[in-house]
Amino acid sequence: MKIGRILLGLIIGAAAGAALYVVMRLILGMPAMSANPWPMIALMAATGVIGLMLGIEPSLGLARALAGMVLGFAVGLLLVYGIRLLLGMDPAWSPEPAWVTGALLGTIGFLLGVGVVTDWLKWTWGEETPLQDGPPKGKPAWVRYFGPDQNHKVIGVQYTVTGILLLGTAGSFAMIFRTELSKAGIDFLPADLFNTFISIHGIVMIASILLGVGGLMNYLVPLMLGARDMAFPRLNSFGFWVAVPGAILIVLALFFGGWDTGWTGYAPLSVRGPLGIDFFMLGVFIFGFSSIVGAVNLITTVVGMRAPGMSMFRMPIFVWASLATSLIQLTGTQLIALSFLMVVLERIFNMGFFDPASGGKVLLFQHLFWFYSHPAVYIFILPGLGIISELLPVFARKPLFGYKWIALSSMAIAIIGFLVWAHHMFTSGMSESLRVPFMYSTMLVAVPTGVKFFSWLGTMWRGKLTFPTPMLFVLTSIAVFLIGGLTGPPLATVPTDLHLHDSYYVVGHFHATMFGGFVFPFFAALYFWFPKITGRMYNERLGKVHWLLQTVGFYTMSLFMMRAGLLGMRRRIVDYDPALGVEGYQTVVTWAGWIIFISVTIGVINLAWSAYRGKVAEPNPWGSRSPEWQIPSPVPEHNYEEPFEVVGDPYDYGVPGSVYVKIEPEPASG
Amino acid sequence: MKHGIIVGAIIAVVSAAMILWMRTIQWMPVQAAAEARPIDWLFGLHIDVITFLYVLVNGILLYSIFVFRRKKGEEDAVGANLHGNTKLEIAWTVIPLITVLFFAYLGTLVLNDISAAAADEMDVNVRARQWSWSFEYPEAGVKSTELYLPAGRKVKLTMTSEDVIHSFWVPEFRVKMDTVPGITTTLRITPSEEGTYKVRCAELCGTAHAAMLGTIRVVSPEEFEQWLQGKQAPTSPADLSEEELVTLGASTAEAAGCLACHSVDGSKSVGPTWKGLFGSERTLADGSTVVADEDYIRESILNPKAKTVAGFPDIMPPTYGDTLSELDVEALIAYIRSLK
Repeated sequence: MKIGRILLGLIIGAAAGAALYVVMRLILGMPAMSANPWPMIALMAATGVIGLMLGIEPSLGLARALAGMVLGFAVGLLLVYGIRLLLGMDPAWSPEPAWVTGALLGTIGFLLGVGVVTDWLKWTWGEETPLQDGPPKGKPAWVRYFGPDQNHKVIGVQYTVTGILLLGTAGSFAMIFRTELSKAGIDFLPADLFNTFISIHGIVMIASILLGVGGLMNYLVPLMLGARDMAFPRLNSFGFWVAVPGAILIVLALFFGGWDTGWTGYAPLSVRGPLGIDFFMLGVFIFGFSSIVGAVNLITTVVGMRAPGMSMFRMPIFVWASLATSLIQLTGTQLIALSFLMVVLERIFNMGFFDPASGGKVLLFQHLFWFYSHPAVYIFILPGLGIISELLPVFARKPLFGYKWIALSSMAIAIIGFLVWAHHMFTSGMSESLRVPFMYSTMLVAVPTGVKFFSWLGTMWRGKLTFPTPMLFVLTSIAVFLIGGLTGPPLATVPTDLHLHDSYYVVGHFHATMFGGFVFPFFAALYFWFPKITGRMYNERLGKVHWLLQTVGFYTMSLFMMRAGLLGMRRRIVDYDPALGVEGYQTVVTWAGWIIFISVTIGVINLAWSAYRGKVAEPNPWGSRSPEWQIPSPVPEHNYEEPFEVVGDPYDYGVPGSVYVKIEPEPASG
Repeated sequence: MKHGIIVGAIIAVVSAAMILWMRTIQWMPVQAAAEARPIDWLFGLHIDVITFLYVLVNGILLYSIFVFRRKKGEEDAVGANLHGNTKLEIAWTVIPLITVLFFAYLGTLVLNDISAAAADEMDVNVRARQWSWSFEYPEAGVKSTELYLPAGRKVKLTMTSEDVIHSFWVPEFRVKMDTVPGITTTLRITPSEEGTYKVRCAELCGTAHAAMLGTIRVVSPEEFEQWLQGKQAPTSPADLSEEELVTLGASTAEAAGCLACHSVDGSKSVGPTWKGLFGSERTLADGSTVVADEDYIRESILNPKAKTVAGFPDIMPPTYGDTLSELDVEALIAYIRSLK
């Protein structure tokens, strides 16, 4: 009977999509069917999947959200068509403003559909709504993960799983163009598609990392602080769900001509390209709301919801990293959102912001863009570095060396990070007098970063080290981030940057910072907290296989990328000159890329499988002192029955008998 | 203390050996400009310090992994109760700070050195567009699709772009600078080695970015003068045989960037292929047809918007009349005619 309902949903959904398509075309004054069948098939597939999901569970927030998005798009298209018709503009059907309006209304439709603004709307009517408590009544427990749940742990899982999905998406695009690059000459990927794929790889990876960061912070910070939840649970839910239509719009860009500007979207190229650029830029704009509201929420939580006795310098070190990250997100995101919005406005209304052909300033875009997008890399890496600092003491059985220095170095990186953006513009033609000051400020970033490295070494020194999978990932994080960090100063030094800028050296350097600063620590965190989240253990042997392949693959990939760049390999090119002597390196990089792809696949399979079939985990398999390990796994709905009291320092592993937190009453089971 | 001495000795030996090894590696392409020498020197200094720090951190990391691992029978043992050491923290804050500031200082010196003007420098204007380069010698009043430069003389490139951002990069010269629409940017180079090089656009500029290459010929001052004079008194197409015209056309097609969008082997690209083009019947965007004779091809080079072939975007720059000489155009026509 269930199967019948699901099939019925699928058929009704697809039929509704076909009907919508035909009706829309007729209203817009086009023939009912177009010569190209694919748009109709794509719409039918989308609405079919929505119907199918509604057939499985009619209250599924995600399905309602997608339906709302489709309707929002339809309303937006009709709205612009109607306005242009009324104003007598010719032609009444103009694709760009229509689709942009559709995308904005589609996003609103999505948010209304999923239900994350329902409570706020009711409040404006004077109706009071209670905070959600536990899974929705009378429905399967998994339903809460596909709807607007207000528990920070559910939201943390939503963020993380969506992040992993996007990681796979972006990685798959990378494998396609990496394969193209393994030999000189254009083999199967046309230039426009190549440009679209590198662009989508970049921006979807960034979205994926932001979601991963959001997942870690949402799940861990309230637990570490002893809070019942985040400060604003409804805003938290909104923060996750607003990211989803943003990501959908970015991927939709593929079907609207793609875009050939890279993730940086430099004007005036972005002012001229296909419609896909609007989708990409609006997607990022909307995604930005997620970062901003998430940051507000996290900062409030850290400042106001710490357990009794938890002074700032007694917080787990990951909380410091999260705080520094959130401060950047709160202050920087607006600038990239603004720069992209200005491009969209310039495209639609011909506002001359950036294109000199209409009186604009080319370099203005780059200043606005990098003012966020440089600090953004610290958003990506600070939480990862926090994970390294958090896990090392556990596996070294030693206090964190120089806790205050590490905590404050995160803040120092966050502040200095805002003073260095123009180092992306040393060859841009900006005023030459700006190059030297930005060289000096950029160099300063190395200092707090160095403090972290030496403090990690100090933490390991004379410890009692053990090497389960999370620790292995931590160690590789340090080794890989070291490559990323050390290869930075030649880029910061203007004369050497004149050669290295926009070369594969930059690509190698950047990937080393991202893998060392986010990807490896992210997997360390996933393996470390997996038993806490699911109550089960992952497969240790598969975990080690994942680690070994990813370590070997990545080390090889980044070093050979940089080697090729020094020899003159430019970034973002579909074909390269074999006379540079880089073809062999390119082949190696492609193979290494595939090894990474396979290793991550193994890791994801391990985690997914173990979530259902893994061995039941002990309550505190790592012997951690952190409060979240002193309560049962998975964590109860509202974390701690009573707020715990902090009575010691977080990382006193060297002092037998000392405790960090006192939890009363004792948990019933444990 | 014992551990410190052992690991210190290992790091000293290994890092010294690695630095010596790294110095034997040819990291960069050949040095074909005077600017390459100080830049490579500075990069080499970076590599020395990078290698030392790499060995330092990895040395302590690996030593800890092997020596401080938990051994059998130590299941409940804990590590030393070290919370930190303020003197050490200050040391590894101050020493890196001095190091990076020193590098920034060196960077400033080298930057001033390589961007300084010279009294006898030669002016060349560079124009970039999707997806080709062209060059102008304002003193001699010469335009060219190839950049000829005399070895040993500093040249000041004054650059701009007609459409989107491009970037002028010759890896053998080490330096690069964006060409930006709406403003001019400057770059100084002093070619030192005679030879043929490629300027490679380093800023993603749309579909055919990868193919946006220009030819640079660094020649002796005498040869350069000769070339300049030849350009000032252009050869008439009638002076050349058909074969010479075809050869010239083939090199012009490459230097002017035509091949970024037009293939010569029939494969699909941004613009129509040239193979079999001559004499064929073309269907235009407005549905009419035209036979591709000499006049049609000449018009399509000089005024590409006049007749756009159906199925291809109308994106070819209308500026080739400014950058190509009459001889170049006739040579291109002869070349296209030869591609049966």
